[in-house]
Amino acid sequence: MTSRLILGIGDNLLDAILGYAVVFIGLTLLMTVIVLVGKAFTTKKAAPAAEQAAAPAAAAPAAPKKLAPGSAGDVKLYDTDPRDAAMIMAIVANKLDKPLNELRFRSIKEVK
Amino acid sequence: MLESLGKLVTESGFAGFFSNPDGWRNLVMIAIACVLLYLGIKKQYEPLLMVGIAVGCLLANVSSVFMTADGSLPDALYHQSLWDAFLDNTSPYYHSYGHIMAHGGLIDILYIGVKAGIYPCLIFIGIGAMTDFGPLISNPKSLLLGAAAQFGVFFAFFGANLLGFDAQQSASIGIIGGADGPTAILTTTKLAPELLGPIAVAAYSYMALIPMIQPPIMRALTTEKERSVKMTQLREVGKTEKILFPIVVTIFIVLLLPSTAPLIGCLMFGNLLKETGVTERLSDVAQNALMNIVTLFLGISVGATMVGSRFLTLDTIKIVVLGLIAFAFSTIGGLLVGKLMYKLSGGKINPLIGSAGVSAVPMAARVSQREGQKANPSNFLLMHAMGPNVAGVIGSAIAAGFLISMFG
Repeated sequence: MTSRLILGIGDNLLDAILGYAVVFIGLTLLMTVIVLVGKAFTTKKAAPAAEQAAAPAAAAPAAPKKLAPGSAGDVKLYDTDPRDAAMIMAIVANKLDKPLNELRFRSIKEVK
Repeated sequence: MLESLGKLVTESGFAGFFSNPDGWRNLVMIAIACVLLYLGIKKQYEPLLMVGIAVGCLLANVSSVFMTADGSLPDALYHQSLWDAFLDNTSPYYHSYGHIMAHGGLIDILYIGVKAGIYPCLIFIGIGAMTDFGPLISNPKSLLLGAAAQFGVFFAFFGANLLGFDAQQSASIGIIGGADGPTAILTTTKLAPELLGPIAVAAYSYMALIPMIQPPIMRALTTEKERSVKMTQLREVGKTEKILFPIVVTIFIVLLLPSTAPLIGCLMFGNLLKETGVTERLSDVAQNALMNIVTLFLGISVGATMVGSRFLTLDTIKIVVLGLIAFAFSTIGGLLVGKLMYKLSGGKINPLIGSAGVSAVPMAARVSQREGQKANPSNFLLMHAMGPNVAGVIGSAIAAGFLISMFG
């Protein structure tokens, strides 16, 4: 058997605090990395959009896409059947007591 | 004729309950196995694992009563004595898998996958392939909640030491608070294999009981106003970001704490299979066939360690109590940091998502959603709670890595 360690109260408390601190530090550092990577991506996405906006319009600028009355917006579906999505939107509208055309659904995703 | 009948009776398992010195303990364990089967089948407490654990316990104890005069168990499916020799560094069979293969029963051979830490890692590949880290990537602050909810791990570690457990056993008991079955099994196998049965049963039972354990704590620590906070929509995460995430996490976390490599590496490998879009077949196998096969082997072999002579001790009761404390304090840790984030964000973050920082994916996130909706019926917290929830998986793997590197 591997040798077993008996800890005194002081060492025990220190190890517990150290362990919790390591988890916090590790995940805080990871958060920083993810934020930086995320920022790089959002800047990348924003750059072409800004370029497009700055480019002189050869023709008359296209009117912004208006949503037809009665539409719930463009809904992106991930792993979701359109019939299920329609049902979910109807349930949400019913629960909120708001007409469907006043709600905007951005995406519906199945959580597995 | 009478002699033959007498021989049949004395050699039967029923007689073994009385002739074998630990026979009555096996009888009690058979009753416990039936209770676990009831909980798994009727109450549906983590049935995929619980039914396997119960059957493993049943088979090990039923076959353990056939002890011969020299004390050996030729017909047993699981032999505790073989594993004692495997772990004893004075034994000629110390760390000898060959000895287990030559003399072990079916469950002994299946248990090699637990002992070598193979099953928990394979399960992590499956979990990774089933997990969407999108909510975490779009709201990286969730990682703080995942870290905060590891409070119970270290609180129970401290408590177990005070109750007389050694450091390795305390670390294994503490990790129950991570609310992550495979992580608890891997840590216990490495640090205190003699406690594997009670720790696995406590971990999976409490995971199933999360909808009952968490809500009272959530309501006690938050106000109605805090619970009804509606959070803003998360940003959409692109495919490239999702592909990069497992690669970045693996490199970063494993370099930071190398002992997390088996769990984090496998979790992120599974996730990479899901996100690449070019390994759909592998992702499908990891999520379904592999996961199911490993769950079957893991359940039955962990259950087999619940042999009467080892399980029916005062330590088991202490572990069950400490496990509950670990779960409760993990929830408290997540909620308190959630409240802090609520204050710092000017009321934009609902503190209920903090309790989802204990892993137990997606059960803990669903509990946050349900409690949030009770306070405000138009509240949809599920996707916001999934961030801390998956962060909790990474957090508990880091906590396990720390404990293994300190006491392994």
